[in-house]
Amino acid sequence: MTAIVVEALVKIVLLCFALMTAAAYLVLLERWIAAWVQDRLGPNRVGIPLTKIKMFGLGQPLADGLKFIFKEVYTPSHVDKVLYIVAPISILAAALATFAVIPFGSVLPSDLGFPQPDGGPIRLVVAPGIDVGMIYVFALSSLAVYGVILGGWASNNKYSFLGGLRSSAQLIAYEIPLGLGILGVVLAAGSLRLDTIITSQATSGLWNVLVQPLGFLVFLIAAFAESARLPFDLPEAEQELIGGYHTEYSGMPLLLYLIAEFLHMVTAAFLIVILFFGGWHFWGLTGSSDEIGWGTAILRVVVLVVKVLATIVFMMMVRWSWPRFRFDQLMALAWKVMLPLGMVNLVLMASLVEYGEDITATWGRAFLIAGMWIATLLACLAAAWIAPLSGDNRPRMDAA
Amino acid sequence: MKPTDPNIRWIEEPRLGLTGRMYLPLVVQGLTTTTRHLVSPKQTVSFPEERPKIGNPLIYRGVHRLNKDDAGRVKCVACFLCATACPAHCIDIIAAPSPWPDREKYPESFVIDELRCIFCGMCEEACPVEAIELTSLFDLTGRSREEMVFDKEKLLSVYDQTKDAEPMPSHRGGTTP
Repeated sequence: MTAIVVEALVKIVLLCFALMTAAAYLVLLERWIAAWVQDRLGPNRVGIPLTKIKMFGLGQPLADGLKFIFKEVYTPSHVDKVLYIVAPISILAAALATFAVIPFGSVLPSDLGFPQPDGGPIRLVVAPGIDVGMIYVFALSSLAVYGVILGGWASNNKYSFLGGLRSSAQLIAYEIPLGLGILGVVLAAGSLRLDTIITSQATSGLWNVLVQPLGFLVFLIAAFAESARLPFDLPEAEQELIGGYHTEYSGMPLLLYLIAEFLHMVTAAFLIVILFFGGWHFWGLTGSSDEIGWGTAILRVVVLVVKVLATIVFMMMVRWSWPRFRFDQLMALAWKVMLPLGMVNLVLMASLVEYGEDITATWGRAFLIAGMWIATLLACLAAAWIAPLSGDNRPRMDAA
Repeated sequence: MKPTDPNIRWIEEPRLGLTGRMYLPLVVQGLTTTTRHLVSPKQTVSFPEERPKIGNPLIYRGVHRLNKDDAGRVKCVACFLCATACPAHCIDIIAAPSPWPDREKYPESFVIDELRCIFCGMCEEACPVEAIELTSLFDLTGRSREEMVFDKEKLLSVYDQTKDAEPMPSHRGGTTP
């Protein structure tokens, strides 16, 4: 019993430390990419404190963090004091708790000498063996919207309130496509456990993105909307809502919000990689068995982290690639495009699991996968034909 | 103008093609553009170590200088045209009878408040003898307001500092008054 607690505590401390550092450095990465895309140099000054050493600006996160910590926490007089403080804490707590079931690697070899209750090797996840892992992630990521709504409401400010309102509408709209995207993967793996989902992809060698591109598309877009990244960042929308739900926040509470926002992005990247890009698996590098040595164990962590980083860089590039959606377009996309596409994917995957299991010949599998891709293309064409994203929303006075 | 105004001409949005309606091809297009900029040469420089390139220093409007003639005397004839033209009223001239035979007056004191100056270049336009000019020095700093009020000596020293890089119009083939 003590062994389990100690093991879990060690993992929690490691993970929290890694996540906080990662969030700080992701801010730097975000600023770098923003600068480079805009043909600027970006932060390149701050290095080791009190010396002249610059190190390409790698000390910037420390400076940013210090700035936030020493800033005055100003609480406006018109806010709901309790909720105002609870909101950022709850959003960060939910964002951190999500990582309890997300594997950040495969397993450590069994020759570690650490007594494991079930006799197996140590799994690189805080809470191993949770059978409803996927549902847990889903539930906690939905909980994040509470922080946003509470913050927006407690601030007693119209901008904040509008931000919270938009956030709630957006999150409700995109939970459904997100769930539909996950359902396809769950059907394919036959389990809600994230490590089982990875293992099933590793065993077959077929990443889910190859088998169900439509599901990936739906999940990717919904994940962007869920983590409120551009082009779906309407809850904050600096240009129209100042800062959205965190307009009235300053100092540490604002820092909590910003960290939680980055953690949501990290969660989304982890989920994209785990569900659709085979997690720690890479062909010819990592194998698929649990009986591994130290080399493979470390290699798997590296592969996972590289994939997650690539996804995060993609998300940051997306931020500068397209303009923000208008709110009616956002809703139209969710209800008129993503939801039907998710349904199509679910039906396709269900039939594939039901009837495609018997087909084991290589050409048969290839044929099925080609069919999935063609179906994806057809579904996208149909969506473009029936529900195009563009639309004139000006109040027309001449017609009518 | 109200939306019901009959003078408003409503224009139909051009209908999107299939690629536009599918959105995904445009996604690829957008990502290609940003990726190209990600690796393209940067427009900004690491400032104090590296100086930005100024397109044409001869027409850049930075710190003022007071030009000297070939004999090393100040060229200004204290005609007050620059001070009159200045929209920010930042030029303050005190004229005195000239000690030299070729002109009647010369500026006993010539003060420009660089903090009031809006760097419009009107003084340079107004000057009949090409005495006042704007240089390409742009990093104008000081620790006090007094320090930013440039007197005649300081303005002449700016000339010494920049005369090689930016010769006077008369020395680069322009007309001499």
